[in-house]
Amino acid sequence: MLTEAWAGSVAAAARLSWDLHRDLRLVLQYPFMRNAFVAGAVAALMCGAIGWFAVLRGETYAAHTLASVAFPGASGAVYLGLAPLVGYFGFAVAGAALIAWLSPLGPGGGERHSATVGAVQAMALALGFWFVSLYQGFLSSLSGFLFGSFLGVTRDDVMVLAITALLALGLLAIVGRPLLFASVDPRVAEAAGVPVRAVSLLYLILLGCAVAEASQFTGVLLVLALLVVPAATASALTARPSVGLVLSVGLALVTVWAGLAAAYFTNRPVGFWVTSVGFAGYGLARGTASVRGRWTRRVVAA
Amino acid sequence: MTVLLATWAGPLSQDFFRRAFAAGTAAAIAAGLVGAFLVLRNQVFAGDALSHVAFTGGLGALAFGFAARTGVFTATVAVAVLLAVLGGRARLNDVVTGVVFTWLLGLGVLFLSVFTSSRATGNGAGAVRVLFGSIFGIDQATAAQTGWIAAGVVVAMLVISRPLLFASIDPGVAEARGVPVRALNVVFLVAAGVMAAQLVQVVGALLLLGLITTPAATAQRLTARPWRALAASVAIAVATVWAGLWLSYLRPSLPPSSSIVATGFLLWLAVELSTRFRLRARQTVPV
Repeated sequence: MLTEAWAGSVAAAARLSWDLHRDLRLVLQYPFMRNAFVAGAVAALMCGAIGWFAVLRGETYAAHTLASVAFPGASGAVYLGLAPLVGYFGFAVAGAALIAWLSPLGPGGGERHSATVGAVQAMALALGFWFVSLYQGFLSSLSGFLFGSFLGVTRDDVMVLAITALLALGLLAIVGRPLLFASVDPRVAEAAGVPVRAVSLLYLILLGCAVAEASQFTGVLLVLALLVVPAATASALTARPSVGLVLSVGLALVTVWAGLAAAYFTNRPVGFWVTSVGFAGYGLARGTASVRGRWTRRVVAA
Repeated sequence: MTVLLATWAGPLSQDFFRRAFAAGTAAAIAAGLVGAFLVLRNQVFAGDALSHVAFTGGLGALAFGFAARTGVFTATVAVAVLLAVLGGRARLNDVVTGVVFTWLLGLGVLFLSVFTSSRATGNGAGAVRVLFGSIFGIDQATAAQTGWIAAGVVVAMLVISRPLLFASIDPGVAEARGVPVRALNVVFLVAAGVMAAQLVQVVGALLLLGLITTPAATAQRLTARPWRALAASVAIAVATVWAGLWLSYLRPSLPPSSSIVATGFLLWLAVELSTRFRLRARQTVPV
């Protein structure tokens, strides 16, 4: 809270100008902003890659749900006197396993997936609310928890984030090919001997880790800004997996950095800027794609 | 016998409990019906998103000096229309919902910062009330209003239910047969939005999510017939609300929304697992 007030007074003194070099120096002048930029880049790298698969697999709602699971995780840990991050990772992995286990396979399974995810989320929130009512002290820090705050990031946080991202991305690189196969055509993949269930469980756990990273900045309610919005933009622009993945990571990075810089100069919440930059990009991409589609159709018809 | 009767009838002699009971029942009927269609159409996320959008609407109205109520209703209805339009001809998918929903929450954060910097008060507790509501704290007028709005939503749903069911199960064939699929999308999401707007203010986003998902999911597991599934979803929603309210009355440390959602979830879990068990048992029988 103290850092935030201080950052506010700092940012009020900073004015945006046409001199990009000077602007950049202004933004990177303070250690907490440098930390936030590095940590944002790490989170963007991880979320861009893992989120691209989330869009491909239609796991947007699962991503939102795994973020909501942070609520009982953190509040339960605080109630029991543990570090919030411990409770958070424990609950995220448990939630991922629960969703993977309860999601029906086979014909018609896809239709019931959204209900399963919603039910797990409702239960997680109910538990969290119960913990909060047992331990009222958690309420005071709830706003930052829900909507995030980039400005309290320390060097140690950056290290933790970087190590998690390295592990998760390494794992993603190993399972990448079978995951892509299983996501595009689960039945053929299963027939070809890909362990579809194990792969989707592993993927949900990776998703849980990515959500944990992103929520450190964006808060649990806005993780989709890093996880899904850049990936959806990339998917609207290209159908090729390799290009899409790179584009998604790049867009996530641009979103975070632009959002941070805008928040710094305007003294408005980072969560607002990050989501707005992402949404503007998505709108542009959808517009471009629809114009391009219409044009191609006309050429084909002619 | 008299002890048993007293435990059952005890809570109903309390005013706050009677109001919670009435509003909860109305909410359960509307949410059970809308939820059955949301689950059938795989749009649970849209329902969830509408309830969070209420938060942006409420804060936006407060930030610009209107009544929160106006903002909540305007925002949910506008977003329902936006989602239906963006979903286009195809059924609305979760990616579109997620993108729109995230941006609107981001706007909510902006409004929160405008509102709190002009009032200079921390608003964590306010956000919590929006998200989790308090069914035990509503007054007579709110309970009656909830009843009327729920009744309106139920009537609207019943009017469109036949074509909507057709359009939900097979949109392609329905469109070929002349069912106005796109218009139905809009009407359905607007009805869901109006319901969400009222229920979020009365019972909170948590209980709303619990009431639209678990009863409908349970009902779909119990029967494959669509009309029966609709009826079962409503019945289960009402039953879980009653059971949850009663549990919270007996154990005041348990918040009512938590106990209602937990009851629904455990019921769903039991039905889901027992169905799975039965199916597996059938599969292992040699043919």
